[in-house]
Order: sequence, then C-alpha cells, then structure tokens
Amino acid sequence: MRILSTFGNYILLMRRVFSKPEKVKVYYKQTLQEIENLGINSIGIVIIISVFMGAVITLQTRYNLENPLIPLYLIGLTARDSMLLEFSSTIVGLILAGKVGSNVASEIGHMRITEQIDALEIMGINSASYLILPKIIAAVLFNPFLTIISMFVGIAGGWLASVTTGALSSADYIMGIQYWFIPFYITYSEIKTIVFAFIITSVPAFFGYYVQGGALEVGKASTKGVVTSSILILLFNTILTQLLLA
Amino acid sequence: MIVVENIFKSFDGTPILEDISVTFEKGKTNLIIGRSGSGKTVLMKSIIGLHDINEGKILYDDRDFVTMTQKEKQDLRKEMGMLFQGSALFDSLTVEENIIFPLNMFTKLSQEEKTERANFCLKRVNLENVNHLYPAELSGGMKKRVAIARAIVQNPKYLFCDEPNSGLDPKTAIVIDNLISEITHEFDITTIVNTHDMNSVMEIGEKVIFLHNGLKCWEGSNNEILHSDDQYLNDFIFASNFAKKIRDMEK
Ligand SMILES: Nc1ncnc2c1ncn2[C@@H]1O[C@H](COP(=O)(O)OP(=O)(O)O)[C@@H](O)[C@H]1O
Ligand SMILES: [Mg+2]
Repeated sequence: MRILSTFGNYILLMRRVFSKPEKVKVYYKQTLQEIENLGINSIGIVIIISVFMGAVITLQTRYNLENPLIPLYLIGLTARDSMLLEFSSTIVGLILAGKVGSNVASEIGHMRITEQIDALEIMGINSASYLILPKIIAAVLFNPFLTIISMFVGIAGGWLASVTTGALSSADYIMGIQYWFIPFYITYSEIKTIVFAFIITSVPAFFGYYVQGGALEVGKASTKGVVTSSILILLFNTILTQLLLA
Repeated sequence: MIVVENIFKSFDGTPILEDISVTFEKGKTNLIIGRSGSGKTVLMKSIIGLHDINEGKILYDDRDFVTMTQKEKQDLRKEMGMLFQGSALFDSLTVEENIIFPLNMFTKLSQEEKTERANFCLKRVNLENVNHLYPAELSGGMKKRVAIARAIVQNPKYLFCDEPNSGLDPKTAIVIDNLISEITHEFDITTIVNTHDMNSVMEIGEKVIFLHNGLKCWEGSNNEILHSDDQYLNDFIFASNFAKKIRDMEK
C-alpha cells in the first residue's frame, strides 16, 4: 500500500515536472549548469572506476583460464564485452546513483526545509519543474557520454593491466578487443544508460522534494533516494536485458 | 483585501485550524499573533495555497482562490510577495540575482533595467553595495532586508511575512517591523504578518487576530489589545513578569 501511494505521488510529481516551462531561456541556462554539476563533475570518478574495472576483469579472466586450448585473445574479448554490456552502464549507473543521487536529494531537500521551494512557489514558479527538469534533461543528455568514456577507459585499463603484469601480450589483447565485435551492444548499453539517468535524477529528487523536518530528514531522504534508485537500476537492468537481448 | 471565510485545515486527521474567518485589510499591517504552534504559519500558508485547506473560502479582492486551477493560482501569486521565517534566499545566487529572480522568470526587461529595479528595492530596505554578496555572507538582519527587497520587486498587492523578526536583536527587529509597515502604507499593500512578539503588536498592529490552538480567539487593534477580557489572550500578552508589572502599575 505504502509503495503504491509513494509511486502515485511520484507520478503526480513527474506530471508537474513535465508541464510547460515558464520561460525556456531560464531552463536552458539551468540545464547547462546541471550538465556541469552532475555530468562533467562525474567524469573523474567514472574514469577511475572504469580503469580499475577493466583491469580487474582482464586479470581475473586470465588467472581463471587454466585450459591451454583456449586462445589468450579471448581474454581481451571478455574484457571488452563485459565493459560494453554491463560495467559501463550498470555499474557506472550504480556509482552515479550514489554520487548524483545523494547530491540531487540533499540539494532539493535542503531547499525544501529552508522554504526556498515555497519561495519559488509564491513567485508563481512551478518549483517542481524548475528544480527537477533541468537535472533530468542534463543527465539523460550527458550520461551517454559518460558511458562511452567508461567503455574506452575500461578497455584501456584492461590493456594496461595485461602489459604491466605480463599476464597477456599487448598483441593478444588488442586482437581480442577487435574480435567478433557486435555494435548493438553499444546501443543496448546506451538505452540502459538513458533509463538509469532518468532514475538517478528523478527518484532522489522526489525524496528530496517531499522532505519534512530538518537536516536529519534531509540525510534520510538522501539515503532513501540512493537506495531506491539503486534497486530500480537493478530491476530495470533485468527488464531491459530481457527486452533487448532475448 | 483578503477575505478568509470559515476555513478548516487538518493534517492526517489532526485538526490544526478550525473555522477561521477574518478580513485582512488593504493598506494596513494585519497581524496574526499567537504562541508558537498555534497555527500561524499553517494559516498563512493555507491562504497562499501552499497548503490545501479542507473547507472554506479565500477571496483575493473578490477572486475565489480555492477554486482556481494551478495555472490561475500561479498567475495570482505574481501579485504576492512573501518574507519567510528563515529568509529563504536562494543560496546559490547573489543578492542581486535573488532579487531579480522573478523578473528573469516573468519579464522581458534588459539587464540594466533589472539591475536598476534591484537597486531601487535594495535602497528601499536601506541596503547598498551588497549586490554581489552571497546570502551566506550576510547577517541575519541583512538577509531579512534582502528577502523584503525580493518580496517587493514585482510590486505585490499582497505581502506575507512569517515571523519577520525572529532571530533578530530587539533593535533590528523594530527596524524590520517599521520597514514592513512603511512599505505597506507607501504602496498600499494588503500585508499579513505572523508574530509572537508583543513589541511588533504594539508598534505596527493596526489589525490583530489572536490564534490559540488553531482557533481565532480575539480580533481588534493594538489600541484595544491590552484591555481585552479573553483569558488566553491575556495569558499570552502578560506572559512575562515585566508585562504584568506594567499592567499593575497602570491600574
Ligand atoms: N506539514 C505539516 N504536517 C503536519 N503537521 C503540521 C505541519 N505543519 C505544521 N503542523 C502542525 O501544525 C501546528 C501549527 O504549526 P505552525 O502553524 O507552524 O505554528 P506557528 O504558530 O508556530 O507558526 C503545529 O502543531 C505543527 O506541528
Ligand atoms: Mg510559524
């Protein structure tokens, strides 16, 4: 029951978020600002995570491979496909749910408890749309780039791990990452990324927007926002995989 | 003029406001007083529509607010200004950006015109050369002034002030009270002020209503308030020994 009414309130909020904006120019500026806040400021963490993920996948595959009949270049292929299919979208999505989600929920929650949202409303501004829409648009537009960056950097991380540890030759790895390449994997990953981008901005925004109380409640809303969006990412990952790859 | 008729408001079944009717007059500072928790903020936010009421009528110069669509309410709100208890300035914007915020949203004024308007409003609240400071760099009294400047930037017909002098020293509190009163008369605004401060009541309370546990117990002016026979009101006014002594001395 609680879940249903929460979901109903979320839908109602989204209807307000997606109603006609008062002044397009103001929203445009806000969106650019959010692309910087939520997107560009996330490039660093995406790069760090991706390098290490690519490296670890490569090393683990290499050390678990006992059978001498399996060609070593398959390790490169495994690293590439793991990054393309799962890590650059889902794992990066989960990390961003933590970073972006807590940022969005606490910013909006803080504005709620300090009556800044009421101040927007009294000016005749649709606060839901003004605060939330630019964040959703920014993430939906920019996160696909983060995914692409993650793919490249992850695959490079695998190569780096191969040559520095000597686990695999550079030639084998490079042959592997070129072998049997399926472009649709990238489309699949980007579709997931866009859905995840919507989740990690709109869900924490919802929890922040309806905070009541003080700083403690803002903290709780932020946690709820992150946990809920992480679970939804895993759920939609399963659903989209069945829809797109089956 | 704002007319409130028989409004009821409850949260999750707990009644907060019960059957409140009152007329807030134009060109006057109308005060809502009462202890903290008596329902002042809820009443004010219900009048503005930040809370939906359960029952009753709210008329802004004969325009029925309760039955309006969201869009119509949004349009009417452009005629309102509000000073929030904690000032509610946007912390990511400078003083000037805060003040011209509604202008950016709703007008086609040029940057110079907007800055000029901001300076006019700042000057009206006796502030100068603070345009490029951020709210975090201001004192409590300055924040209130900037918030007043922001509230009057669109020439409101209705001004709402929730505890305008909470958190201020007594001297600054009087300055802010007087500022609100002056602006009200100067621009002929319907002003509603929530307060629990008897100084404000005596200074600017042209019309006063007293709330106790969500009920309106008394209505009158600051000239009459000391002579009321409402028990709750007297308890409220003469809560301090100091006030009691003054009353006894007068007798
Ligand atoms: N959003 C809300 N949900 C539930 N109860 C509320 C809410 N806002 C205020 N209340 C309750 O309404 C009563 C009146 O509060 P309020 O109007 O803030 O008092 P004050 O006169 O100090 O401004 C209090 O008991 C408060 O707990
Ligand atoms: Mg209050």
